[in-house]
Amino acid sequence: MNKFIINTLRFLILVFIQIFLLKNMVIYNLNVPYLYVLFILLLPFETPNWLLFFLAFLIGITIDVFNDTLGLHATACSILALVRILFISITVQKDNYDSDPEPSLSIMGFRWFFFYALILTLIHHFFLLNFEVFKFSEIPSTLSRVLLSSIFTVILIFVSELLFYRKKQRK
Amino acid sequence: MLNLWRFFSRFSAFFLFIIYFTTSIILLVRNNDFQRASTFNSSNQYIGSIYQKVSDINKYLHLSVVNDSLAKENVTLRNQLKSSFFDDSVVIKAVNDTINRTQYEYIVGEVVNKSITSRNNYITINRGSRHGIKKGMGVIGPNGVVGIVWNVSDDFSSIQSILHEDTRITSSIEGTPYFGPLIWEGDDPEIVTLTDIPNQLNLKPNAKVVTSGYGVIFPKGILIGTVLKSGVKGGGSFLDISVKLSTSFYALQYVYVIKNNFATEQQILEVQNKKSVNE
Repeated sequence: MNKFIINTLRFLILVFIQIFLLKNMVIYNLNVPYLYVLFILLLPFETPNWLLFFLAFLIGITIDVFNDTLGLHATACSILALVRILFISITVQKDNYDSDPEPSLSIMGFRWFFFYALILTLIHHFFLLNFEVFKFSEIPSTLSRVLLSSIFTVILIFVSELLFYRKKQRK
Repeated sequence: MLNLWRFFSRFSAFFLFIIYFTTSIILLVRNNDFQRASTFNSSNQYIGSIYQKVSDINKYLHLSVVNDSLAKENVTLRNQLKSSFFDDSVVIKAVNDTINRTQYEYIVGEVVNKSITSRNNYITINRGSRHGIKKGMGVIGPNGVVGIVWNVSDDFSSIQSILHEDTRITSSIEGTPYFGPLIWEGDDPEIVTLTDIPNQLNLKPNAKVVTSGYGVIFPKGILIGTVLKSGVKGGGSFLDISVKLSTSFYALQYVYVIKNNFATEQQILEVQNKKSVNE
């Protein structure tokens, strides 16, 4: 129940930030952070697949509705959910951890979380921006936007994670 | 049934992915104009480029047919051009003078064909007997004498130019009474030779060579050229004078045919002379 409330709040806050703040933080039209992927990244490990896909689809479609790009973020988010499942199944043995660990910086450590965030963000942004452009011939020129946006997003993910990190340490 | 369910639950991630991915792709394509347009139209660039290649090959195979039709079209278009119609508007410059009777009238004509480099050169103009041109009339250009009308059809005449073996135009040096025939040697289309000028003449360089006015062809004093150099030929008593033509046959475009209104009268009189001598 506690997790339900935390994730609901996180969902609302991230969507709010994404729609009203980050949408306007465009640098030279190259560099748009999509911080809302943090919601999918931080869902607990034991989230069943159907719920994970549903939530990923839900946050994607929510962003889409506000951005007037129906289906674009939802597509990228369903790909992101699949990649998340694959990544976690490859790198994490659930037995090693306590009852229900979260894939967060404070629990999983810097190195794992860095690669986790980086790879998932890159894949999400790659598909998101290419579906937005929707041309095979534009893929090379889109790659630079993918890289720059991913760096920006990862930095923001780490900033927000470090905020939570400190809070947890205080407890 | 249970096995099937296990199969699905085991690979649930994949199947869920398929479901959600398909759903969102359908949403994406159906609700966004650009993506819909690029997906459903054959203007999708890969399909488009394949069509382009195929049509390139087809174009190449049909080149001869296309060329034929283009040539036909060119012909029809050319037939509509202004320059392909015969221009038969004639300007005859004549002065209606009740006191002095006009002897010479000028008919303007445009050069439609010419030769310069042959031994015997002709010029064709777009004026013929319909416009009052007859065989034997003199022809001048803007800068000087051009030649003599040689043959006439209804709408065209050919002119035997100065650059012809048989052209003899009686000319004289301006300011002197001496005259002689003008001959083209056949090598330089800018140089002709004036012969039969007595060698006692003190010739100034760049003296003007003009028509003598004898005969019925040219009026007196029409420019032919300027003296280039002179010399006695082979110990004779006559000068051979090289004359640089004032008419550039390369640039010749418009000519004037000279109609002598008194030519017939003069010729009849001269023929009578011969007859009376013969009698």
